[in-house]
This record gives sequence, C-alpha cells and structure tokens, in this order.
Amino acid sequence: MLDFHLLKALHTAAGPRTLDVRLTLAPGELLAISGPSGAGKTTLLRLLAGLDRPDGGFLTADGQPWYRQQPRHWLPPQQRPLGFVFQDYALFPNMTVRENLAFATAGRADDKILIDKLLEELELTELAQRRPAVLSGGQQQRVALARALAARPRLLLLDEPLAALDLPTRLRLQQVLAEVHKQFSLTTILISHDPAEIARLADRVLELDLGQVRRLGPPVAPAAPATVPGRVLAVLAAGRLRVQLPGGAEVEVPAPPGRECAVGQKLALTVGVGPG
Amino acid sequence: MPPDYWQTLRLTLALAACTTVLLLLLGLPLAYALARSRSRLRPLAEAVVSLPLVLPPTVIGFYLLLAFSDSTALGRFLINQLGLSLNFTFPGILVGSLVYSLPFMVQPLQAGFRQLPRSLSEAAYTLGKSRGTTLWRVLLPNMKPALLNGVVLTFAHTLGEFGVVLMIGGSLPGRTRVASIAIYDEVQSLHYDQANAYAITLLVVAFVILVGLYWFTKKDAARLS
Repeated sequence: MLDFHLLKALHTAAGPRTLDVRLTLAPGELLAISGPSGAGKTTLLRLLAGLDRPDGGFLTADGQPWYRQQPRHWLPPQQRPLGFVFQDYALFPNMTVRENLAFATAGRADDKILIDKLLEELELTELAQRRPAVLSGGQQQRVALARALAARPRLLLLDEPLAALDLPTRLRLQQVLAEVHKQFSLTTILISHDPAEIARLADRVLELDLGQVRRLGPPVAPAAPATVPGRVLAVLAAGRLRVQLPGGAEVEVPAPPGRECAVGQKLALTVGVGPG
Repeated sequence: MPPDYWQTLRLTLALAACTTVLLLLLGLPLAYALARSRSRLRPLAEAVVSLPLVLPPTVIGFYLLLAFSDSTALGRFLINQLGLSLNFTFPGILVGSLVYSLPFMVQPLQAGFRQLPRSLSEAAYTLGKSRGTTLWRVLLPNMKPALLNGVVLTFAHTLGEFGVVLMIGGSLPGRTRVASIAIYDEVQSLHYDQANAYAITLLVVAFVILVGLYWFTKKDAARLS
C-alpha cells in the first residue's frame, strides 16, 4: 500500500543527523515505530502525512506518487487520503464531539450514517453534544480516532496515541484500535514506546535511533515480568497479605492461590504493569 | 449642547467604524502571516507594524501630510493619476487612522494566532480542509477573545485620535473635525461647557466599550473551559 524512501535533516541532541528510512507496507498491515526521543519517529509520520517536506527520496501510496524528488512532485496533506491522530489530540475546541466528526467528512450523502456508527463503536454517543474541554483524556483520544476515521482514510497515522492515558484506559483503547484497524481495513502506522502494546497490536515494528533504522521485523514479546522478594508481615481478611519489600516499603497484595501463608514467610512478588 | 455636537459625534463614530472594519480586513492576513512566518525579515515587519505605538502622532501626521501633498512624487501620483486629493478630507484622515491604529489590531490578532496549537490547523489539513476553510471554521472561532480585543481596542483608540487627524485633516466641521479636536477647539475658545459635553461622551463611550470587552472575555473563557 505504501512504498517509500524518505530523507530529512534531523536536529537531535547528538547533533545534526539524517532521517533515512526505506520501507514497503502491505495493505492492512499495522506497523509500530519505536525508539528514543529524537529518533525521528514523529518526523517520519509528518513526512508521510505531508505536514513536512522531505529533503529527498520518494513516497508512493497505492501506486499514486505522493512525493518525488525528481521530477519534483509533492501532494499536499489535503489530498492524501489519511487520518492523523496527534499526540495532543488536536480536537477543535469550538465544536462538539459530533461537530468535530462532521467537520472531517467530505459532504457525502451517507456521512450521517458513518458518524452515528463511529460514535456508537467508540462509545461516544452519550458525549456527542459535549465540547472537548469537558472530556477525559481517554474520551478525547476516542474522539480524535473517530474524527480521523470520519474522513474515510486508507492510511491511519497515530503519534503516541495512548501514551498519556492510564493503564485500564490504554488497554481498552488498544482493543478499540485493533478492532478499528481490522474493520475499516486500514493500513496503520503507530508510534509507541510500550513493548506490550506493540506486541499486542503490530505486525511489524520499526526501531529508529538518530534517524537510522536499527531493526525492522516482528515485534519481540516483552520480557517476563520481574519478581522481587518480600516478607509477609500480616495475614489479613479476604485472602490478602501485608508484605514488606526490600526497601522497607509495605504493600497489600492478594495471597497466592492454593498456598497457606504465615507471618514471616518469604514470598516472590511479581511486579508487572497491568493484568496478565 | 454644542451646535455641531451630533455632526461631530457622527463623524467621529464613522471614522472609528470605517477604520475598524478596514483594519480587520487588512490586519487578519497580516497577523496570520506574521504569526506563521519563519522569515529572517519578520522582526523588521513587526517593527514597522509597531512603530505607530511609539511615534508621536504628529510625526505620522506630518509625513502623511507630505505624502499626500503635491510636493512629493507619491502625492503628485495620487492627485494627478488617481484624482485622490487626501489632505483635509475624510478619506485622508481615514488613511491616517489606519496607519495610526494598525498595531492595535495586528498585535492582538497575532497573539491570538500564536496561542493556537499548530496541530489544530494541521489536523484540519489532514482532514482535507483548505487553508481558507481552516481559518474560517477552526482558527477564527477559537480566537474570539483576540478578535474582540483587536476590534474594540482599534475602535476605542481611533475615537481618541488627535494628532494625526489634526495634521492631515485640520479642523473642518462636518468633514474632519472629530470629537477630540472639537474639545481642543472649544477649550481654546473658553467654551468649557461645550468641551465638557464632548469629553464626557468620549469618557462614557470608552468605559462602556471596555467593560463590554472584559465582560465578554470572561464569559467566553468560562464557556470554553
């Protein structure tokens, strides 16, 4: 669906570098981009969207040239059928949720059906008449996603869409993203720092550092959760334990199933993010 | 009540209204360009726009008077080629007001454009919207306080204009004599009551306009948060 080789000067903390990425994406593929800050992740996304101009290379989508160095050709963002979800969501504060979506549509007869469908699938129907300022982060994120989809894109670009959200919301939205990606048969590129998120969603991952591709391939499963030793201080009601950690801090955890625990017993505690 | 009271007031309001409307039309593209420009010449353009803030109005008036007169090439061009004789006319003091009040329109609008996140217009572009649609539907509605600030300050500032109008327009009743000049004339002739009629009117109008501005700004901030 997407075939590109893009070059762009980067100003990194380590001095001037060149973003240099050559890649082909199959239709329906979900690619994650990860890497330290200053690696050029957002720059790459902006070049694909047409928000910044490359210094060289080419970009073809579905056989149509979006950018070419020689002879010079550059398609403005308005003419690229893509959806972009910004890190700060960039919702229009003067419009309600429904108006934000309606603004994105191109004035087709069945726009209203699409908007209703998107509102329902992203659980925004109740919030349709609210303005963005009164919504929570997760809700704003869903509106941003719904708005990008209302423009009927073929390519969806997401700039760290879930980074600012708390864990339950993030897990819920990862599911939404996976569903949306499949249902609308989109080609999706997603910037993410979370290995678990990448493993859950992406077909391939592109690791960037200082503008260069460090690795391109299937996502690596995240490392097994680490454990820390703890000592049981007290056995509480409802199968819970009070446990002291190496630093001296105390936490309350559910007792491991099928095991009797006594005060003073040593215990290995799993530290992980989130359920599972 | 002074004999020319209503005539003078009508002229004053007409000058302020025409100046505000024209400056809004001129100031929007200028402020947009200044807010988005990354040119090295931008400080120069900003300095030119802000110059009327620091210059004595008589300096602006003096150079415009020269520019409009047949002693300069520009003046001769205006008079002979375009048939525009601007000195001591309403269009002349209107041009003077446009120059004099320019920063009062451009600076709030420029600040308004700057405080909008860039991603707002970029989001509109990725949704296929043109620059014009983006400006009209996304940017302007989200900078209403800045728009109102520019309009109100320009209007109020033009109401109080004295030096520029006096230099270019003189004090021709019904043509170029605005309220602030009428006050000066009445005081010169020791007609303190008549000067007071104009002065109190300007004072009340200015106060009401500012109260309206601050009241609306507060309400709009509450609405969007």
